[in-house]
Amino acid sequence: MASGIKDKVAVIGMGCSKFGERWDAGPDELMVEAYLEAMADAGIEPTQLDAAWFSTHVDEFGTGKGGTPLSIALRLPNIAVTRVENFCASGSEAFRGAVYAVAAGAADIALAVGVEKLKDTGYGGLPVANAGTLSPQVAPNGSAPGNFAQLASAYRSKHGVSREDLKRAIAHVSVKSHANGAKNRKAHLQKPVTEEQVLNAPMIAEPLGLFDCCGVSDGAAAAIVTTPEIARSLGKHDLVMVKALQLSVSNGYESQFNAWDGSYFHTARIAAKKAYREAGVEDPRRQISMMEVHDCFSITELVTMEDLFISAEGQGWRDVLDGFYDADGGVPCQIDGGLKCFGHPIGASGLRMLYEMYLQLQGRAGERQLADPVLGMTHNLGGSPASNVCSVAIVGREGA
Amino acid sequence: MTTVGLSAWGAYAPRLRLQRKAVAAANAWIAPGLAAKSKGERAMANWDEDALTMAVEAARDALGPGDDRGGVDAVYFASSTAPFADRLNAGIVSAALALERSVSSADVTGSQRAGLTALAQALSAVKAGAATTALVAAGEHRRARAASAAELDNGDGAAAFVVSGGDTAADFLGHGALTADFVDHFRGSDAEFDYAWEERWIRDEGIIKLVPPAIRDALAAAGITGEDVTHFCFPCTFAGLAAGVAKACGIRPEAVRDNLGQVIGEAGSAHGLIMLAHALEQARPGDVILAAQFGQGAEALVFRVTERVGAARPARGVTGALADRKEETNYLKFLFFNGLVEWDKGMRAEKDNKTALTTLYRNSDMILGLVGGRCTETGVVQFPRTRISVAPNKAAVDTQEPYRFAERKAKVLTWSADYLTFAMAPPNHYGMIDFEGGGRIYLDITDVEPGEVDSGLPVRMVFRIKEVDERRGFRRYFWKATPDRSAIAAQTAQAAQAAE
Repeated sequence: MASGIKDKVAVIGMGCSKFGERWDAGPDELMVEAYLEAMADAGIEPTQLDAAWFSTHVDEFGTGKGGTPLSIALRLPNIAVTRVENFCASGSEAFRGAVYAVAAGAADIALAVGVEKLKDTGYGGLPVANAGTLSPQVAPNGSAPGNFAQLASAYRSKHGVSREDLKRAIAHVSVKSHANGAKNRKAHLQKPVTEEQVLNAPMIAEPLGLFDCCGVSDGAAAAIVTTPEIARSLGKHDLVMVKALQLSVSNGYESQFNAWDGSYFHTARIAAKKAYREAGVEDPRRQISMMEVHDCFSITELVTMEDLFISAEGQGWRDVLDGFYDADGGVPCQIDGGLKCFGHPIGASGLRMLYEMYLQLQGRAGERQLADPVLGMTHNLGGSPASNVCSVAIVGREGA
Repeated sequence: MTTVGLSAWGAYAPRLRLQRKAVAAANAWIAPGLAAKSKGERAMANWDEDALTMAVEAARDALGPGDDRGGVDAVYFASSTAPFADRLNAGIVSAALALERSVSSADVTGSQRAGLTALAQALSAVKAGAATTALVAAGEHRRARAASAAELDNGDGAAAFVVSGGDTAADFLGHGALTADFVDHFRGSDAEFDYAWEERWIRDEGIIKLVPPAIRDALAAAGITGEDVTHFCFPCTFAGLAAGVAKACGIRPEAVRDNLGQVIGEAGSAHGLIMLAHALEQARPGDVILAAQFGQGAEALVFRVTERVGAARPARGVTGALADRKEETNYLKFLFFNGLVEWDKGMRAEKDNKTALTTLYRNSDMILGLVGGRCTETGVVQFPRTRISVAPNKAAVDTQEPYRFAERKAKVLTWSADYLTFAMAPPNHYGMIDFEGGGRIYLDITDVEPGEVDSGLPVRMVFRIKEVDERRGFRRYFWKATPDRSAIAAQTAQAAQAAE
């Protein structure tokens, strides 16, 4: 087996733009905002960057294709820039590229930047686009909420949970994230909401109402990574280390073979197991200090608690209602508000999750700072329940 | 002389039945005369149905639940509202039914009697030995201007027949035709709507003078008289005129059949065939059926019902189609579905629906025929068919044979009702559909209301419009799931029995 990434790479700088409806900013301005913060945090010059990875998803509407949008916006010194795209997990993909380049010795210091400019379409929700020439001829006429809502129907029928109980559990997922988002000045949505508000919101895709859906936001996030040795030579201490980076991608098993029951993410379970092994985590419910998961929709977060083996199968909804994932719970989840409230600029989200873990591990998370976190996990998903890519990353303190 | 005839038939009417009262009430301010036509209901196509999709449904009813259709060697599609003016519509029917590529196909169009003309041609072809088993499928989806009488008179529907030699359900006895360029109404090739002349002229100079000669010729060819006719099928929206035509031909008044105007409306060129199918469902062996229809002259066909008529009865037929109905009182919905209102579809509807014709052709058995694959080594069934099998424990390479899903029973595994996506009939339902015998497909679910769909719901497949490309005048077809209402009824009955 591969030796894994544990403790080979350190994060020495991160930045994140204000997320939201950034009518004032195009993708260039968003990238610059995240990049300048990360560079100042790392305390390095552009000439010290050896390579960059750049993630953006909806190139038709937002930033365009290729590596040039990043290189030109940041005036990078003609270094390698690789654009990556892996649905909503694109940001984690950029991070993976930069980390692996450093681990391989191909780069001393590498940059990862993710960005999405979604609010130039003229309408709410995600941009509508065709995927290739075959899929539009056969795939259902759906939307992201409709695709993820499928989980709810299967979860209910598999675990015998009533529509009302599940509706209340997923409502709590959103209430908790709004409470957390209210403490984050960079978040898109900073207002707390009540369970009643969530339950009575307009229906988007049965059973998901408006507050069961994450924000559609503009934003960018950036990370600078290097080896622990170089980090120390730059005067860094109390390093935030990469402990695990895993990615699992659907191969048609869920959508074409009659075994998957539709109530969980097959890939998430695989990626989680591999990540725990890579990071040496044996009891995630006890060892993981905090998480940022891909709460594109409340139901996604709920089943993910089981897919990451923090809640037992069929019990996730009870843990949610018990407050286990609240800021003062057993494993605080979405401390920064999550996709739900920090927002979801697709190409940036994976890096935004890491940004919060990084701040928390360094004790720099302000009024939402948790007590003494050791290991933080990010779960970044793209696609739909039946066909997706799932990234699970673990970062933590040196020696953890 | 070889005996040829009708060995099977099928029918379809869209589930929605627009209540004429609602239409008349909505239009009373501008067309108070419509009150006279406010009785009954008319079949109303869902937004994703057209002449072609309805004809496919009728053809599936006629061909039965099996999916071995290798015997069919000729296809006739008849309609005056075919979706394509230049693309073989019968070719789409053939692809949807996954017929052999060696089949010969033709579109028969241009007149309201096209359905009977197609049937006459199929009978001739089989009789002449040019085909052994011919499928005739007629569908009609007529558009009329808002507040017109035609809007109330018309109805959407389809019928299909299998024509063959040998032992049939109804033997073909004779055919008569008359051709005259009598223009009661017309629709130019680039016009949206019909333009019709005065009704009294159509009645007195057209129908009553042009139809009887064709009928008399058919009777003469059959070697019988009007007296011998037990079922006279003649679509006509003029009250009492069918009886007048019957009288002129010596057909007894009691032989004149109900034209289904109160329950379906007149389904144009498909209507003669719908009435013929309905007659077969109610006929007894020995009965003589005469079906005639008007249109730039007339077409008339005579059949004698045989002992096999009972066994040939289709699963649905006209009888079943009439029973499977949902009352619709929303006239505006009808206008929206028929493109008679410019409505605010929102920006999501601006998505370009251009179809890559190369992709369509390369995958035509998958898209039009719902054909997947079955691994000959493991027996694993999947959709779509691929070079490398999906079976997780044995991803065999190049082992898949074609496997047809369209006639398989299925159930809903997961679902949602989506209010966000642009849909002509929101919320759009869709979900993962699991098939009996293996395989699953993520599909749109049509003809449902909120609250109807749940995990475990039995569904069947229907061939429907997937997307309309308004910019280029193209429409995409694919299969959708719809509640299998007979399976649901059987389940409910079983549950009730168990409760007793």
